[in-house]
Amino acid sequence: MERTSNILNGNHKMSRKIRILVAKPGLDAHDRGVLVLCRAFRDAGMEVIYSGLLPTPEQVASIAIDEDVDAIALSLHNGAHLTAFPEVKKYLEEKGANEIAIIGGGIIPEEDKEELEKNGITGNFGPGTSMDTIIEHIKKVTKK
Amino acid sequence: MLETENYWKHKINELAKLKKDSNNEDVKRWEKEVLEPWNEKTNNNEEYSTTSDIDVKTSYSKSDIQTNKDKSMPGEFPFTRGPYPNMYRGKKWTMRMFSGFGTPEDTNNRLKYLIKNGQTGLSIAFDMPTLYGYDADNDRSKGEVGKCGCNISSLKDMEILLKDIPLNQVSTSMTINAPASILTAMYASVASKNNIPLNELRGTVQTDILKEYIAQKEWAYPPKDHMRIVRDMMEYCTKEMPKWNYVSISGYHIREAGSNAAQELAFTLANGFTYLELGQKAGLKTEEFAPRLSFFFNCTMNFFEEIAKFRAARRIWATVLREKYGVEKGPALALRFHTQTSGASLTWQQPMNNIVRTAIEALAGVLGGTQSLHTNSFDEAWALPTEQAVKVALRTQQIIAEETGVIQSADPLGGSYYLEHLTNELEEKAYRYFEKIDSLGGVISAIEKGYLQKEIAETAYQSQLAIEKEKEVVVGVNKYTEEEEDKIEILKVDDEAQKIQVNRLKQLKKDRDNNKVKEALDNLRKAYENNDKNCMYETIKAVQAYATLQEIVDVGRDVFGEWKEPQIF
Repeated sequence: MERTSNILNGNHKMSRKIRILVAKPGLDAHDRGVLVLCRAFRDAGMEVIYSGLLPTPEQVASIAIDEDVDAIALSLHNGAHLTAFPEVKKYLEEKGANEIAIIGGGIIPEEDKEELEKNGITGNFGPGTSMDTIIEHIKKVTKK
Repeated sequence: MLETENYWKHKINELAKLKKDSNNEDVKRWEKEVLEPWNEKTNNNEEYSTTSDIDVKTSYSKSDIQTNKDKSMPGEFPFTRGPYPNMYRGKKWTMRMFSGFGTPEDTNNRLKYLIKNGQTGLSIAFDMPTLYGYDADNDRSKGEVGKCGCNISSLKDMEILLKDIPLNQVSTSMTINAPASILTAMYASVASKNNIPLNELRGTVQTDILKEYIAQKEWAYPPKDHMRIVRDMMEYCTKEMPKWNYVSISGYHIREAGSNAAQELAFTLANGFTYLELGQKAGLKTEEFAPRLSFFFNCTMNFFEEIAKFRAARRIWATVLREKYGVEKGPALALRFHTQTSGASLTWQQPMNNIVRTAIEALAGVLGGTQSLHTNSFDEAWALPTEQAVKVALRTQQIIAEETGVIQSADPLGGSYYLEHLTNELEEKAYRYFEKIDSLGGVISAIEKGYLQKEIAETAYQSQLAIEKEKEVVVGVNKYTEEEEDKIEILKVDDEAQKIQVNRLKQLKKDRDNNKVKEALDNLRKAYENNDKNCMYETIKAVQAYATLQEIVDVGRDVFGEWKEPQIF
């Protein structure tokens, strides 16, 4: 929990690389996209933590806090994003880690994006989005 | 029979030698005197290659294939040109549209709709909880019930799913892997209840757990334990359900996960050899069980390479079975396969373009000699398909079959210099991978080391980079893009299915004889614990006692433990 207090201090981020957790919070192993993104984020100079497959939303939140990340990139292709993404957010809030940014992506219909935004999940990128677009977005939302 | 390692080396040398013998004099002259000046004039110095990094020359000639030893005709060893002599004249491919969503009632209706529209085989998709072996009422299933396929939590659901479908007249494909033995037991149990003898059941259950570890990653237990259950299914079905194809060795997911054509070909066939060895080790007679192994390939956009891949697959399978595994003759030598057009090639942008992509891919599958075909719907980058979109996809197959004339001649592209060259090149690449995989200790060991997964992830990353750098064009995505996206109607699966399925489970657990369930699960545990015992019989009893899918898989999770994949990234 030492790292958690780091987050609470708040001013350590300027001097370090963006730390990002990449995860698929559900029963969804379509991992081609996230594995590509992990590589792209690393090549863009970020510190990347990949959760491995099949974590629950609660586990994702715990890893994010333990690893002291600036952002979580969530991806789902199985239609459960409206349930799973806000759950990750909920667990983060419960654990007092409000300032970790959550970025969504996957097969997300247009009309669901608004709902996710309302829950503080930004980006919500669909297939065909360029890696650059996603990386730029992450840089923007992690800038404090 | 040759030692494994030596055998692959021997094949690689054999193929390399054929290449060395080819004589290029005429072509060299043409290149120098005709092509080069023309290239200069047209300012052309581009280099091209296929997805598998096979260089593509400006043109091919007799000299590229004159060392071909394979002079076979369709229906002849090594079946490069097709498993049957008259191919589609004798029997058209089965038009098999994969479908499933929501409750078993929803999927039952969709299946009947497809039969009414001329579909000739059923193919059932299951949702994520079912694929992983969790019941609809489990916490992990929240938000996922019925979303990506039909939910099946017990035999009760299977009874509803198959209601009014004549199981002795249709052939049914079920895309299920980790819990394949349980779903097979359910299917057989529904048939028994309807007095249909098991030996009349025709169909395919995917069961290919190896490609799960490599690509699709829907598993329940560690590889060796899953393989033991596959072994038991092979034994059981060979005896009791002789028309049931119990493993569909799948390259589809390997390709979708990002591999190229050569990797799809090689990893799939390597898995095929592994199942073959599994059956042989279990003491089954190769000529009895090997014909029940069928294949399932992807078909994506690189038109000629895809057709070559199918031809190479047939040639390699027949050759290796004969030379390495001692199968002299019989239907096992002729590789038969199902094809699905590529989901990964579909774009979210300008979705109507996907109709064209699917048509081109389907055509390649047919020219490659597929035995059955699923064509994706244009809206599938967005969601599960609507009925209208599915109909267009099915009609695409019907147009190819009925209007184009491509089915009249078997292997109509056979003899094309380019295609034959690609077939040879892919063949050689596959043998190199077989050698590599063996050097790592075989497929399971290569999975445990993460080698196959990393190979695929690397290729996936490189092809994404190629798209980003616009070295590869995807129409509507990085070229000919539009600001405003086309609007299409998409299928929404709401959470109603979850409620219905959860209530049904509640009722089931009240209605069934819970003592009988406990006894059946205890017996299943004993069967799982004893590696020498065939666990299929106890699986069937547990299913028939209305133990739920998860109750059964949980016994396995307890006995075998869970699988954690090696680090890929």
